[in-house]
Amino acid sequence: MSDAEVVSESDPFAGTSDLDRKRTIGRIFVGLCAASALVGIVALVVLIADVLYQSWGWVTWEFLTYPPSQFAESYLPGGRGAGIYPALVGSIFLIALTALFTIVLGVGAAVYLEEYASEGRLTAFIEANIANLAGVPSIVYGLLGLAIFVRAMQLGSSLLAGALTLTLLILPIVIVASQEAIRAVPDSQRHAAYGVGATDWEVIRDVVLPSALPGIMTGTILSLSRAIGETAPLIMVGAATSMFVPPDSPLGPFAAMPMQIFDWATMPDATFQHVAAAGIVVLLTVLLAMNATAVYIRHRFETEL
Amino acid sequence: MSDDTSMNETPTIETHTEAKSTDDRSPASEADADVAGMDDQSIGEETVIEARDLSVFYGDERALQPVNVEIPDRQVTAIIGPSGCGKSTFLRSINRMNDMIDVARVDGELLFRDTNVYGEAVDPVALRRAIGMVFQKPNPFPKSIYDNVAYGLRIQGKDDDLDEQVESALRRAALWDEVSDRLGESALDMSGGQQQRLCIARAIAPDPEVILMDEPASALDPVATSQIEDLIEELARDYTVVIVTHNMQQAARISDKTMVFLTGGELVEFGDTSRIFENPDNQRVEDYITGKFG
Ligand SMILES: Nc1ncnc2c1ncn2[C@@H]1O[C@H](COP(=O)(O)OP(=O)(O)OP(=O)(O)O)[C@@H](O)[C@H]1O
Ligand SMILES: [Mg+2]
Repeated sequence: MSDAEVVSESDPFAGTSDLDRKRTIGRIFVGLCAASALVGIVALVVLIADVLYQSWGWVTWEFLTYPPSQFAESYLPGGRGAGIYPALVGSIFLIALTALFTIVLGVGAAVYLEEYASEGRLTAFIEANIANLAGVPSIVYGLLGLAIFVRAMQLGSSLLAGALTLTLLILPIVIVASQEAIRAVPDSQRHAAYGVGATDWEVIRDVVLPSALPGIMTGTILSLSRAIGETAPLIMVGAATSMFVPPDSPLGPFAAMPMQIFDWATMPDATFQHVAAAGIVVLLTVLLAMNATAVYIRHRFETEL
Repeated sequence: MSDDTSMNETPTIETHTEAKSTDDRSPASEADADVAGMDDQSIGEETVIEARDLSVFYGDERALQPVNVEIPDRQVTAIIGPSGCGKSTFLRSINRMNDMIDVARVDGELLFRDTNVYGEAVDPVALRRAIGMVFQKPNPFPKSIYDNVAYGLRIQGKDDDLDEQVESALRRAALWDEVSDRLGESALDMSGGQQQRLCIARAIAPDPEVILMDEPASALDPVATSQIEDLIEELARDYTVVIVTHNMQQAARISDKTMVFLTGGELVEFGDTSRIFENPDNQRVEDYITGKFG
């Protein structure tokens, strides 16, 4: 019935003939976007497939628990046993120390800038520079670490010097991520706490930090997983490329996985390519585990309450 | 709009108070009602909050013309006026929530129990413990119902018999029957009206003297609104309530005193609600109340 009416009146959809053309443009656009997404995914898949293929059979329990060796045969399954153990432990200690420093300094700085510092030229200047620092190449931080921690503070090429250098490297990103998380806490929540007589500190402790924590943690973990793969700053600081024992103290020398992998990759014996690939698999596993933790934390806190 | 004669009038600030016929105050408040300086005919109440030439500026912009007013103990004082006239500004200046706005500056005095809250010696945190606040939009913490109510008690160190105090606050906020069996559940799962009553429970749990409310029902439906209104009348037995409202009927229904601000941040009239709504002194107030204004 209504159909009949529509037909009898003038066409209500007159003047929409351009829609077909627009829809075609829309489809082309979607296609381009999908293709772009595909490039990234395909590259990643190929990379991982290649590494897995190269390392197939080389990632063994011995590989995880033995120090490296100059002889490729030692790494072979059933060989004398050689692997990544000191660098794996070194990387984990390095990241743990870095995490400690970054969380304390990064959250502290972000809380100060967001909750205490009054909005003036100085804070605006500081914030702009923090954002700029996030873009400085990591080798520059390596130089800085060498000058300050290794030389001036006489920490030598130690685990502590490495951790402090990596802290400098990721601190700007952690500060910015934490600031954003803190800024996202609604003012109404702060007012609620102030309204019942909370002090600044209580508001931060009870309202701001709990709400901002998931954001702070994801930002921190993601930058830490970036730091664990960094090589350039560690080279500058003078970390060992290859060590036979894990670091025994924060002031002792250390090797880290990226440098150990680099060491293997530059070995003349082609068999070491498999060893390097096995090292990459271990590094990527640690990295993915960290990212998974970040995702888990975000998910966990978002669904809670 | 407003006629010229009223423009030239000095604002009438009605400080005389009269007992309302419906007044059912407790004997205690009647007993200390005789305050010096009050008219004979008025059964005066003790003044809890007094503004003396209180002005508020945001940057160079003046938001409040000098306000002079005396807010009586254990009554509901409504603040009405068109949008942007400074109602929230005045309310926030009472418990120094304006301190949190960087550009806000206060001139004059605001006395709470005869102490200028802007005096050097006054700690705004201590002030806010004595003067609680309920906001326009319900803002429960993302915690359990129990923890929301207990929050103020905990930070104020009033945490003996926490369970009892939480229950008592929820009862006074007319919420206990609805939530007594789900105290551990998230406050965010409650309805808007329940959340607002929870925020009232949170505000009254540490037993402040005064409760400030900034349009506490404006985000709620009529049923929830009338629950909040009943609750406010109930609260005025024990607390001094100052409430901002956009809703004239609401002000007429629940308040004992009314402050009328008009555009420009001027307190144009203050007095008994019944008188203001029936027979305001100021022509502009009459226009505003009868809807001819703005
Ligand atoms: N944080 C602020 N910074 C600058 N100016 C402000 C701020 N808050 C309020 N003002 C200004 O002060 C004046 C009074 O605002 P206020 O919020 O007190 O009005 P109101 O009567 O509560 O209005 P409404 O009924 O819309 O809530 C307005 O002109 C407003 O623009
Ligand atoms: Mg307002």
